[in-house]
Amino acid sequence: MTGGTMIGGTMIPDLIAQLAQMAVVLALAPLLTGLVRKVKARIQRRRGPPLIQPYRDLKRLLAKEAVVAENASWLFRVAPYVIFACTWVAAALVPTFATNLMFSWSGDLIVITALLASARVAQALAGLDVGTSFGGIGASRDVMFATLAEPAMVMIVFCVALIAGSTKLSTIAEYMASGQVGLRVSLALALVALLIVALAENARIPVDNPATHLELTMVHEAMVLEYSGRHLAMIDLAASLKLLVYVSVIICIFLPFGIAVSGAGPLAYLAGGGAWAVKLAAGGIVLGIFEMSIAKMRVFRVPNFLGAALMLALLGLLLLFVSRGM
Amino acid sequence: MTIVLTVILGLVVLAILGVATSRLQAGRVLVYGGCLILCLALLVAGIEALSAAPARLALPIGLPMTGTSLRLDPLSGFFLALTGLGGAGASLFALGYGRHEEEPWRVLSFYPLFLAGMTLAILADDAFAFLFGWEAMSLASWALVMTHHHDHENARAAFIYLLMAVFSGLTLLLGFGVLAAGGGGYGFDAIRAHPPTGGVAATVLVIALIGAGAKAGLMPLHVWLPLAHPAAPSHVSALMSGVMTKVAIYGFIRIVFDLVGGAPAWFAAVVLVVGGITAVMGVLHAMMERDLKRLLAYSTVENIGIIFVALGLSLAFKANGVTAGATLALTAALFHALNHTVFKSLLFFGAGAVLHATGERNMEKLGGLIHRMPRSSAAMLVGCLAIAALPPLNGFASEWLLFQAILLRPDLPQWGLKFSIPVAGALLALAAALAGACFVRAYGIIWLGRPRTTAAEQARETDLFSVIAMMIFAALCLLGGILPGVVIDAVAPLVQGLTGARMERQLQDAWLTVAPISTARSSYNGLLIFLFVLGSASLTAFAVHRLASRGVRKAPPWDCGFPDPSTATQYTGDSFAQPVRRVFGAIVFRSHETVDMPEPGDNRPARMTKVTHDVVWETLYEPLAGLVLWIGTVMNRMQFLTIRRYLSFVFAALIVLLVALAVGQ
Repeated sequence: MTGGTMIGGTMIPDLIAQLAQMAVVLALAPLLTGLVRKVKARIQRRRGPPLIQPYRDLKRLLAKEAVVAENASWLFRVAPYVIFACTWVAAALVPTFATNLMFSWSGDLIVITALLASARVAQALAGLDVGTSFGGIGASRDVMFATLAEPAMVMIVFCVALIAGSTKLSTIAEYMASGQVGLRVSLALALVALLIVALAENARIPVDNPATHLELTMVHEAMVLEYSGRHLAMIDLAASLKLLVYVSVIICIFLPFGIAVSGAGPLAYLAGGGAWAVKLAAGGIVLGIFEMSIAKMRVFRVPNFLGAALMLALLGLLLLFVSRGM
Repeated sequence: MTIVLTVILGLVVLAILGVATSRLQAGRVLVYGGCLILCLALLVAGIEALSAAPARLALPIGLPMTGTSLRLDPLSGFFLALTGLGGAGASLFALGYGRHEEEPWRVLSFYPLFLAGMTLAILADDAFAFLFGWEAMSLASWALVMTHHHDHENARAAFIYLLMAVFSGLTLLLGFGVLAAGGGGYGFDAIRAHPPTGGVAATVLVIALIGAGAKAGLMPLHVWLPLAHPAAPSHVSALMSGVMTKVAIYGFIRIVFDLVGGAPAWFAAVVLVVGGITAVMGVLHAMMERDLKRLLAYSTVENIGIIFVALGLSLAFKANGVTAGATLALTAALFHALNHTVFKSLLFFGAGAVLHATGERNMEKLGGLIHRMPRSSAAMLVGCLAIAALPPLNGFASEWLLFQAILLRPDLPQWGLKFSIPVAGALLALAAALAGACFVRAYGIIWLGRPRTTAAEQARETDLFSVIAMMIFAALCLLGGILPGVVIDAVAPLVQGLTGARMERQLQDAWLTVAPISTARSSYNGLLIFLFVLGSASLTAFAVHRLASRGVRKAPPWDCGFPDPSTATQYTGDSFAQPVRRVFGAIVFRSHETVDMPEPGDNRPARMTKVTHDVVWETLYEPLAGLVLWIGTVMNRMQFLTIRRYLSFVFAALIVLLVALAVGQ
């Protein structure tokens, strides 16, 4: 089923559902970030900033003028919008409250991974643009993480796709929700690998610390050190969106229960949306607790951590090639 | 057919004219302008042949009794179009770039001959014509590698290239000999009529892999490629990397898919693993390289690996009768070959522009070129993103197809394939991620940042012809990525000829979506993704500027409060590669670092030394060269014998041969 069959009576509601998806992910992303921060603060016995603090930060940053380094090129000023747009399109392709949204066929899970890789490349290039040492340190470490995290992600996609018979997230979610999967060794391996990859990709503890301001430990923060004002707002929003994408992908593959099917009507969409929001909040809380219960690693310990994800995913894939039943 | 013949003749005429006029300004315009027109004709003829019935022609020249037979079928049409495309781009670029050549007579006559050799090799329908074209291609490109022969490194590169080219040519000669023995003829028709079986087929397949692989740059036969490709003038480097390696791929496809007609599963597994290792090793070498053109050459090795993985996958499916998979994988291989021609030519053009503007190929002496060469740097950005397999550009589209092929059927019966397919998939994913890191490094160190030398500071934008050539190829990178269906449909007849099935027509799907198997399984729409990203980025930028803030203040870099005016404080190529080198280098390059830290109070500087090894060169080629030298030294004695002894050697050889004959019968 491609766009051709969609054009007709259902086009307007489908379009609305798709646009709603794009709006909802954008609106909820800072809230998820705020929730994780709140949970972390509570565990540290602090009150923490209110849940809506990320929105206030964004508003403040957006209103400020942008300070740009004198020798920055056009790439430096374009990159924040590219990073944001790539992440947003990736988020639009993930089924959150319903499967088979209008444009869900235009990209599968591999495309989502690659779009996030595009955002990362834009960010690393922007980090190198001004020619400072911190930009370089962040970019070089980030691409090193990526050389392990991206193949691990592709292997995870392979694992899931072989079980569900499709790389399309909508089809995968429907298959997983139908309950014909049962317990699978390779799926368990893929889940562990995906959790590791998600931590690394979102610059979370133990790989990176989103709240750090100690220069030598920064990776993501070092890359965006030169940014300010609206540019920084775009990058922060993209980072929040990316976290939401990863949590949603994990939900969509491993806990798709309650997700609505396209065209099911507004009520089903609402129910699906509610289920998704609950799972998202649960994911945020779990992430906050996890981050508080573990220490950050040294940079050169991270390859071992990510290498484990790569090997687990590859093992899962090999099991699937050797026996369909695993 | 007549067009292609005219093109070959025209190229030969241009080569002769090139000798005559090479000392004039007009000579350059004549040769490159002529090559441009002929290559465009070749491109059109190739595209036409894609959907036409095979055309044949027998020429009464060549070997006595057999003559020369030529055949223009969809397979050769595709590779002719590829040659035409790469040749046209390189010629257009050279119209401007060739002006800077100090000794144009060393290029102008060999350049058309190089193109003619490649065209003949692709058009050939018998072993003689094929090898004649193949060797002409090798020799002409060897002469082009020798253009700047005063540089000792280049002369060494050319020598190693010549050795490997001879090795490759002789291997293929042997292969055709084995093929011809079965059916009694060197014509491809005769071979097709009597395809080899069993052990003979296995021999031919291995020989084809070694012979074509040596020319394409498969590990461990790649050693000449990163030496020879950068040594040539940049437009020739573009042709060698972008097109000549594809002629080698053509040779492999022609022999394995067409003449032998498929391969057993073990051979497919070998191709898969060799291709995967080549891809990862190639890109790791590229990641460590400081010389921009050598970096690009190593990246060619990587892409050849990717193409061979796709070919191996196609053979694996074909051996098991899964025609849909064989078709998909072969389509991915051809698509990636086309994409590599486009983006690698573009990147070599950019390297040429940088080389001309600064006189430097070493990235540690460049930097900040985006400010001084804005148009070239924009085109190069597209090239770097395309080769890093990022959507919505063409490199991603072909790798996506290949991933779909890997996922198609995991239940092949052979154990070798059960392991080699997922491992090749993992190696491909690793290579793609490393390519991203490698080209972030290449672009970030060379084009971004601050200039590291005065040469980089005083760089000027390159000439108009070169910029136009780069822009056209950058546009092709985008077009290939957003309209992959056009290419898939165009190669469908040729793939059908080799695998017996064709993919569904892609262009009939709404919104030009690509769905290799079925839309329920997987689909990709580069056009829509591109429009979405473009639309949401510009919409957001517009909204932010309109509603939030638009003020910009220029200020010195922040750099955490310690901005240093010295450009030496920036990251260099080596420091950027250090994390990756630490992770992968200990295994792959046996690399290690030693830090010499002076005692407190000691004034001498601290030093860090890094050692990396080229393992293939040291474990395979150096012992081999040592062996050859040793044999040479031992045999040296034979140079000073008397005539009596030489005659007795002849006599002894005769006796040995007679005995061998007697025993053999």
